[in-house]
Amino acid sequence: MSAPLLETRNLEIRFGGVIAANDVSLTIESGRNLAIIGPNGAGKTTFLNICTGWLKPTRGQVLFEGKDITPLPPRKIVRRGVARAFQIPQLFTEHTALENLLIAVAAREGLRNPVRDLHTIPERAEMMHLLEMVNCADVADRTVVELSEGQRKLVDIAVALALRPRLLLMDEPTSGVASSQKHRIMEILVEALAQAQVTSVFVEHDMGIVEKYADEVAVWNAGNVQLRGTPAEVLEHPDVIRDVIGEVA
Amino acid sequence: MNLTIFVLALFDGIAYAALVFIVALGLTLIFGVMRILNVAHGSLYAIGAYATVSLTGAFLAMGFAPVFAFPLMLVSAILVGVLLGGPIEWLLLRRIYDKPEVLQLLVTFAVFMILEDVQRLAWGSQPYFQAAALQALGNVTLFGVTYTVYQLILLPAVALTLLLGLRFFLRRTVIGKLILATTEDREAAQSIGIDADKVFLLTFIVGAALAGLGGALASPTTSILPGMGADMIVLSFAVVATAGLGQIEGAALTALLIGLGRSFAVYVWPETAVLVPYLIMVLVLLVRPEGLFGSPAARKI
Amino acid sequence: MDTVSSAARPQAPATGAPGLRLLATLLAVAALGAVPFVAPTMQLLVNLALAKGLAVMGVTVLLRAGQVSFGHALYFAVAAYGGAFLMAAMPGADLLLLLVAGVAGATLAGLLVGLFVVRYRGIFFGMLNLAFSMIFWSILEKFYHITGGADGIRLPRPTVLGMELGRGDFELVLFYLSIALMLGLGWFTIRWFASPMGQLFQTIKTNETRLEYLGVSPRRALLSGYLLSALLCGAGGVIMGVAQGVVTPEYAWWIRSGEMVFIAVLGGSGSVQGAFIGALIYEFVRTYASAFAGDVWQMLLGGFLLVIILFAPRGVIGIVEAIGRRTARSEDTR
Repeated sequence: MSAPLLETRNLEIRFGGVIAANDVSLTIESGRNLAIIGPNGAGKTTFLNICTGWLKPTRGQVLFEGKDITPLPPRKIVRRGVARAFQIPQLFTEHTALENLLIAVAAREGLRNPVRDLHTIPERAEMMHLLEMVNCADVADRTVVELSEGQRKLVDIAVALALRPRLLLMDEPTSGVASSQKHRIMEILVEALAQAQVTSVFVEHDMGIVEKYADEVAVWNAGNVQLRGTPAEVLEHPDVIRDVIGEVA
Repeated sequence: MNLTIFVLALFDGIAYAALVFIVALGLTLIFGVMRILNVAHGSLYAIGAYATVSLTGAFLAMGFAPVFAFPLMLVSAILVGVLLGGPIEWLLLRRIYDKPEVLQLLVTFAVFMILEDVQRLAWGSQPYFQAAALQALGNVTLFGVTYTVYQLILLPAVALTLLLGLRFFLRRTVIGKLILATTEDREAAQSIGIDADKVFLLTFIVGAALAGLGGALASPTTSILPGMGADMIVLSFAVVATAGLGQIEGAALTALLIGLGRSFAVYVWPETAVLVPYLIMVLVLLVRPEGLFGSPAARKI
Repeated sequence: MDTVSSAARPQAPATGAPGLRLLATLLAVAALGAVPFVAPTMQLLVNLALAKGLAVMGVTVLLRAGQVSFGHALYFAVAAYGGAFLMAAMPGADLLLLLVAGVAGATLAGLLVGLFVVRYRGIFFGMLNLAFSMIFWSILEKFYHITGGADGIRLPRPTVLGMELGRGDFELVLFYLSIALMLGLGWFTIRWFASPMGQLFQTIKTNETRLEYLGVSPRRALLSGYLLSALLCGAGGVIMGVAQGVVTPEYAWWIRSGEMVFIAVLGGSGSVQGAFIGALIYEFVRTYASAFAGDVWQMLLGGFLLVIILFAPRGVIGIVEAIGRRTARSEDTR
């Protein structure tokens, strides 16, 4: 059997006295969409931060395709094929939506020509297509500060996709998106991920979304995975209803 | 290097470190509380020196005893703090707290440019000397080396008093605690009724007065001339950066490190004396980018 | 600088009339080119302004990444002293060789200092640059047996393509070389801003976290622009040194760095054209004001800088564009 796409072994990290990751061992297989749920402060975002090298665990390892990536800085992990979208969108606020994607391509391809206008690169069409996919083609030429919160979230995901990752980590991808649009966006997103053969991990609070779009669910509590299984199994579990769903409702 | 020279270098270093520390203390206090690096801090130092020389000269001419030089230093420092520091904070800095850091830097740099000319207009470009305070205290012989009481005892004593006094003030008094609260979270402090504007004004006045006091205390031992402010801002920044911005105790140790490094260089390879502080800074920052005592700021994402 | 600048969209200037802007640029260049014949007394003045403009362009590059350096006179001085040492070692060296050597020296110095300072932003970036320029300044002052101390060293007139020119001819050559550099390096810098590398560099201003998560090292992105800025300052330094015939430690003095920052902000932070417009205005005002305001020159600069920052943060170019927009709008409503 080949190595899982991402694997963590006994991750541990503390902030002051608080343990945000307590012996987290988790494997993520290729081609699945894993949802991470759990109460606030359970360590979900911290887990994404450790997996992408933003935080270094005090103990434990992160392996990507069987190779230890624990000591690497985020940019090197990204270069290996892990992209990330954020809870608070991380975009270049003075650039337009399209330019944010073009810059991502420039980074992906390592473009070096010092006098070629970024707008004239051949990947422009590909990026416009990405924007269409996340329903933001009409605001391609608006600067990020002019976009709505929801649009920023979507552009942030598009930027991550522009890197052509093999693993995409998303922190609450549909928060801030109008609720009428959430399912449509997730529909498109899941479809696009399948098409590009991208595995995804997403933190989510909306159980409706989790139920419909996740292949698997991991429940976080007090810095560790409390439970893991299919959406049907997990969402019916009494502990989950008490600790997680109860809180949201 | 024989023992006498060693002791001399040691004494030089301590005296120099005490002066630099007093100035750096003001710089790091202002930064710690207000998150502003005051580039004009060096000018306040220079003006403190000029004011002391002028006031002392005037008093001596009126027939007062040389010991009056000491209270006049304090007067100069307070004048610098209140007459310059106050208006700078009140008229300028208050308008830019929410602006980008680079803009704040440009504003204090502009003030620096203005104050450099103010000095030249008020005091001309010829150097001033006024060593009355130095002579008033006489000399002391220690380890076979005769040194001035002023530099060997008074300056370090003042520096130490300020360090301990400021520590006590910030941690044990009500106003000090208000200042610390404002430093940690300005909005939260305001919501519990702290007047952050007043805290900032007070902090800036105290910080500016410390620069002025540094200049006042330096005046008997150096010639006062244009350009001394520019040298001092870079030097005190080196101390503050090496220690870690906002680190008060750290600044004291770093000042000592840099002061001693410089004074030993004077005896070993004089041309490099001015370079030593910066070499120390660069070496420290290469190993610890946030300074010896600073802690790296983690960004939340 | 805190306003939403057109930095990200260089091909769509806010004036909305790129043709008009090009025409204005061409007219301005033609007017500059005519100076030696129309107003020969101003030739040297304009030449010095062009040298400064090149260096200011270097500071402008950094402003695009939201960074300000109070020490870029360092590269100005490194290039000028490099040229002077080269002339001392090879009497009668060629002007172009001098230019290449000076610029290469400045860029190399930029690499050495840059590798260190790109670890920092904001206050630290600005002040560490200042510290490095002060270090170089004190080396120039203290090691006088090599550097000539405060008096500096002479930079005798170089040859041009193997020819020894008379003073008038040489100054003419230097003048047009400066214009050529302004056009060449100005063109390159504008194109670079719009290029993939330049765009990555400019994202330092808004979001380094995302830059890192694109797989790019923010330090390396900043270093690319830092090297360009050192190169531009170097070009200005060589021209200045050759035009004045003598280089002094004053080239590296903080006031010189402050002047560059001042002009960059005056001209419109982030604008290449603004760098040269600012430098020309600055040199003219300074020359004619020094008679009655020499003593308070720094004070005037500082005061003016405050006014610009507090009331017109995008400088002269920003004011021009704002007027342009207003006129365009009032024409729309008509």
